[in-house]
Amino acid sequence: MPDRPATPEAAADALDAHVREIVRWHFSPDTGCPYWLEQARTLDFDPLAIESFDQLLQFPHFDDEILRKEDPARFIPKAFEGRPYNVFETGGTTGMPKQRIGWDDYKTDYTEFSEHYGPDFFPQGANWLMVGPTGPRRLRLAIEHLANLRGGACYFIDLDPRWVKRLIGMGEMRMAKAYQEHVIDQAATIIRHRDIGCLFTTPKLLESLAERMSLVDAGIRGVFAGGTTMTPQYVRFIEEEVLEGRINFAPTYGNTLMGLAISKKRAPGEYSLTYHAPQPRAVLRIVDPENTDRLMDYGDYGRVELTTLTKEFFMPRFLERDEAIRRQPCDEFPWDGVGDVRPFQSGTKTVIEGVY
Amino acid sequence: MHLPILRLGRTYESCDRVDLDLGGGQVAVTHTANPGLIRRDLLRIGEAKATLDAIPADTLAGFCEEAAELFLHAELPCGDTTQSPDGYVEALSALTRLPHSLVRMNMTKVHAAMSQVRTVIGGLTRGMPLEIFDAGLTRLDDLSVNYYPTTNSLGVSLPSNAPAVNSLWIPAPVMKIPVMLKPGREDPFTPLRIVQAMIAAGFPKEAFGYYPTTHEGGDTIVTCCGRGISFGSDATVQKYAAYPSVSVHGTGRSKILIGEDMIDRWEEFLPVLVESISANGGRSCINTSAILVPRHRDAIADALAAELAKITPLPRDHECALLCGFANSALADGIDDLITAHLKEPGAEDFTARHREGPRKIEAFDQVYLQPTLVACSDPDHPLANTEFMFPYASIVEMPQAAMLGNIGQTLVVSAFTEDQDFIHQLLLSPDIERLNLGPFPTNRVQWEQPHEGNLFEFLYHRRAIQGNVATV
Repeated sequence: MPDRPATPEAAADALDAHVREIVRWHFSPDTGCPYWLEQARTLDFDPLAIESFDQLLQFPHFDDEILRKEDPARFIPKAFEGRPYNVFETGGTTGMPKQRIGWDDYKTDYTEFSEHYGPDFFPQGANWLMVGPTGPRRLRLAIEHLANLRGGACYFIDLDPRWVKRLIGMGEMRMAKAYQEHVIDQAATIIRHRDIGCLFTTPKLLESLAERMSLVDAGIRGVFAGGTTMTPQYVRFIEEEVLEGRINFAPTYGNTLMGLAISKKRAPGEYSLTYHAPQPRAVLRIVDPENTDRLMDYGDYGRVELTTLTKEFFMPRFLERDEAIRRQPCDEFPWDGVGDVRPFQSGTKTVIEGVY
Repeated sequence: MHLPILRLGRTYESCDRVDLDLGGGQVAVTHTANPGLIRRDLLRIGEAKATLDAIPADTLAGFCEEAAELFLHAELPCGDTTQSPDGYVEALSALTRLPHSLVRMNMTKVHAAMSQVRTVIGGLTRGMPLEIFDAGLTRLDDLSVNYYPTTNSLGVSLPSNAPAVNSLWIPAPVMKIPVMLKPGREDPFTPLRIVQAMIAAGFPKEAFGYYPTTHEGGDTIVTCCGRGISFGSDATVQKYAAYPSVSVHGTGRSKILIGEDMIDRWEEFLPVLVESISANGGRSCINTSAILVPRHRDAIADALAAELAKITPLPRDHECALLCGFANSALADGIDDLITAHLKEPGAEDFTARHREGPRKIEAFDQVYLQPTLVACSDPDHPLANTEFMFPYASIVEMPQAAMLGNIGQTLVVSAFTEDQDFIHQLLLSPDIERLNLGPFPTNRVQWEQPHEGNLFEFLYHRRAIQGNVATV
């Protein structure tokens, strides 16, 4: 298990200390990046004076359009100058992609994820299969790192979510389904002909794969899934029927900008998911959509706000296109969690999500 | 009252649920099926079909006839409780705002479809014996005939506004095809009551799937079953255009065409015109939405509007109630606003406005109603001339008889008031008409030996050439 603070108070203190370190890193001419050093001149406060997470609320919400418009190189911290870096793009965005650069963050996140689960959850030495968006995505390298870290190799079947999104936009539902079947065909072939013990995929692809074969009989022992809404009913269905109650299941919430939030352990018969951000490297808050300075009460839905705080990437108060229930800290993660995540305003308007 | 999912013989309680207000503090809770769950059940559909295959079709037809009586008269299982016929009427009326009288009328239609299932299937198969569903083989006039099922399941996504459309799928289990049903959101009761009546009469419970679900779940049912039926608008038709396995019952745009030879007798047809427009609260695709006449447009419009204006809101439990309230008042607002906006375009007049009391949209008996509306259009291309709405609405347009067939467009039902043989000949050959009534009959007339829209038998079964030693079979 990773070394985490023992209490919410200790977690808050650790977060404040981390905030001081990261803000100073990004806004100091010796270490910071051109984008934030330039932004600092437009702010009506001194970021170097920030002492705590609460004081980050002085920043306006980060506009992710910046990640389309700005050259990603403007986010290279001076301290990292000259080091080769990865350019990662966000999932299903069409048009000019949103890009984030990185060095080791994905390894840090997925090493922590690996440590969170014991050696048996995803059997040590087992090979992995990732079925989902590869290409310029952080996830592709992250899953391979995870497999390698646990002593296995990783096979990949790509799915291009941008093409699926375009097909759906054109009303080509049949073609979208045919493309999904093409992806599943390839995944089924790999599982049948190679020794695969663990899977990473999206819930929908997982369902489709399990319609082709018994994943238990195919030797799958652990599944790591994320990417779309998972209601309690959906989680129950996946665990009871798709995984036949015999495969370990690790649902996660994450993206290129945050990393990944692990779901806390659930009691038997409990299917509602609560995710906890990889604090202090990222912080998730559930805020009032009408007044985003205000946290929602525990148990209430609100908009998900993400703050990323690593030496590689600083992103204050980005409003995700998701909403979730604010959940209490727990023993595993002594900081707030986000529960039953779903697309923002999906209760009041039609939202297309889960294209894969 | 909880209404769980029925998964081919197994009851399943979902964690995702929808509360439906039945009034008086009562709530019906439907359990929502996720699409994957439906696909998972389809993996076992062969077992469901085997349970039907094990029973002779003649026996299944007998079960269906018995089920008709149970549907109409019995206390039947309804989720975690039971429901009497009166309880069904009250609950369905509360959710759909159909008056009790119309719910009962729809019940009798469903009952007729079940009790006359042999006639219905005989009409669909053109008189083949039911053994065709047991052996796939029969003889007609010394000719061996072989039909085979094209699917092992029929998926149906049902609407909320017309309980009687359930009669469309009722022959399928008798034809040994299991059904997967998505009830309309506001009518979870009708398909469930039919299924429970059929099970109580002897059908194997494994032959039925009942899945309250999302739009995505509805798509799954109609596209993943070997054959699917959906109901909806032109957009629904377009949505499933790429799926030859899906039959869409879209906008009806049903019409009455009065020929040159009968137009001068228009006054005697007024009751038929009123019934065609207003029966079932004007909610059906077989309600008349346009009347084409060669002359006397304004006189007919004025007289017809006067009759329609007499149809006013009554309490839902009033035995003469005909108008339906709108469960979603925003829908009524949208329809009313659209008609009002289009009336501002030249060439259309709301004749009912001359006769009715108050505006089209009114609130009465704790509900929102749209009162009957008849719009006379001088141009067949006016946006109000060939459209349909979910209340008693129709347009009347004057044009020469010779121009009528060129103007109707795709039409579910045409009632042609004519005895002109040339006109009748043209009508019989028109590709735009799904169902044709010859003579002064209402468009909502149903004859059970005629297919409603498409032929379910031909949808579920295909004929194959068979030759050789057939006698040894």
